[in-house]
Amino acid sequence: MTVATYTTPMTAAAVGIPAGLREKISIRNLDFFYGEHRALKNISVPLYHGKVTAFIGPSGCGKSTLLRVLNRMYDLYPNQRAVGKVTLDDEDILSPAQDLNLLRAKVGMVFQKPTPFPMSIYENIAFGIRLYERLPKSELDSKVEQALIRAALWDEVKDKLHASGLSLSGGQQQRLCIARTVAVRPEVILFDEPCSALDPISTAKIEELIDELKDDYTIAIVTHNMQQAARVSDFTAFMYLGELIEFGETTRLFTSPSDPRTQDYITGRFG
Amino acid sequence: MALYHVRRRRNRIALGLAVAATGFGLAWLIIILGVLLWEGLSGLSLAVFTRMTPPPGSAGGLLNPIVGSLILTFLAILIGTPIGILAGTYMAEYGRYSRLTSVVRFINDILLSAPSIVIGLFVYEVMVARMGHFSGWAGAAALAVIVIPVVVRTTEDMLTLVPDTLREAAASIGLPRSLMITKVAYRAARAGMITGVLLAIARISGETAPLLFTALNNQFWSVDMNGPIASLPVVIFQFALSPYHDWQRLAWTGALIITMAVLALSILARLLAAQRRAS
Repeated sequence: MTVATYTTPMTAAAVGIPAGLREKISIRNLDFFYGEHRALKNISVPLYHGKVTAFIGPSGCGKSTLLRVLNRMYDLYPNQRAVGKVTLDDEDILSPAQDLNLLRAKVGMVFQKPTPFPMSIYENIAFGIRLYERLPKSELDSKVEQALIRAALWDEVKDKLHASGLSLSGGQQQRLCIARTVAVRPEVILFDEPCSALDPISTAKIEELIDELKDDYTIAIVTHNMQQAARVSDFTAFMYLGELIEFGETTRLFTSPSDPRTQDYITGRFG
Repeated sequence: MALYHVRRRRNRIALGLAVAATGFGLAWLIIILGVLLWEGLSGLSLAVFTRMTPPPGSAGGLLNPIVGSLILTFLAILIGTPIGILAGTYMAEYGRYSRLTSVVRFINDILLSAPSIVIGLFVYEVMVARMGHFSGWAGAAALAVIVIPVVVRTTEDMLTLVPDTLREAAASIGLPRSLMITKVAYRAARAGMITGVLLAIARISGETAPLLFTALNNQFWSVDMNGPIASLPVVIFQFALSPYHDWQRLAWTGALIITMAVLALSILARLLAAQRRAS
């Protein structure tokens, strides 16, 4: 059965993925536990360098949990643990010796709810930059500007950089959070349902932004919106009840899914 | 329909009782404030703030107890606030899921409601009895023991109100725990934490019992923390119980000063809380 092929460690050739792709993050036989509850079951999936990978599936299928393994966000909470092998380039993410702050600087995250820090727009961005380098004011200013331009927010906020980040609209706040993430210059950006709290216009802007960002970053996005997955991603992984059911190129997965469950989900028959 | 009318009548009776109870409570408050203003305002003059407590029969003011109270309160806050904030931070951030936190919270709640006279006796035993004399330091220490649980409680509560998503956002850019707390969580909880300190000041500025055993009192000008020092609540206690009319007058004035100061602090705390909700 096809599922077996996709849940064992795979090579590009095995699943017919075009050559020239490099695995930026590789997940092998990953299990995740909330206390005794096993929320992820033997997941193996790659995130390809410079590509957008979408994770879809009904609520509770474990897609956000998977994302939170990639930057060890679960480490903030007790009784949560991951078992398996997850590597970023060749570095073991799950190793107890892993420096979490450095890992998270490399693997940024944008959340479902916009979460600007309770400080000015400028400080929201500059704060992250200052963590890693000491710069003269002029250089810092230009880095903040670049980050805001990158997040397509500069024109809207350039005249009120010192207003509170919380004074912006929901969509602007979310782009501020993307700018904050980009400013730290990560290699991978994880988007955890970044548009589910936004209106359609803001959603379109964020999607456009993701499309532009993929030239420089490896991107993973969790979404409930299948059209969104189809629009923004190069690869899609369908998860169900903690298992990876199917993984493949987005165009292929949405047009001719090989598993009946994927078929049912993308046609809206369940979930 | 009959049932409906019965219900309406019951509702009116319950509402009437509730309003009457509220009015009863408020009336006493108004009477207390009214008497305080009536008795205290007449004695309020510049001399109250510039002259020392007098012997019976001569003119004087409340300068030494006012200054004494300010020093004691200031020191108690200076000692109690950092301890309270650090403990509250541990409970809300580092030790949120630890058993120690539940134990500390339980003990802190006991301390929060401990009779202040017990705290006074405790400090008397460990400081005054050993040093052999009453002192300002002992007074400040006793008040600090009252400040700590208040600040611990508000700090923990306010930090717990900071959403976890904000902590995750801070972690997601690689912020170490210490910076996440000091730069992000404290900033989000700032207004509430300051409110806690203001409430602690309000609480200790009227405390008499813990000072009776520790700072005692002083008829004369003294800012020597190693000796007994005057404070408004203790002077009010002493003067109000005295048979001398002018002393009683000063006691009323002192009571008015404390009440107004506490009222001002409460209003400030409310304004800060409103600002927190608005932001």
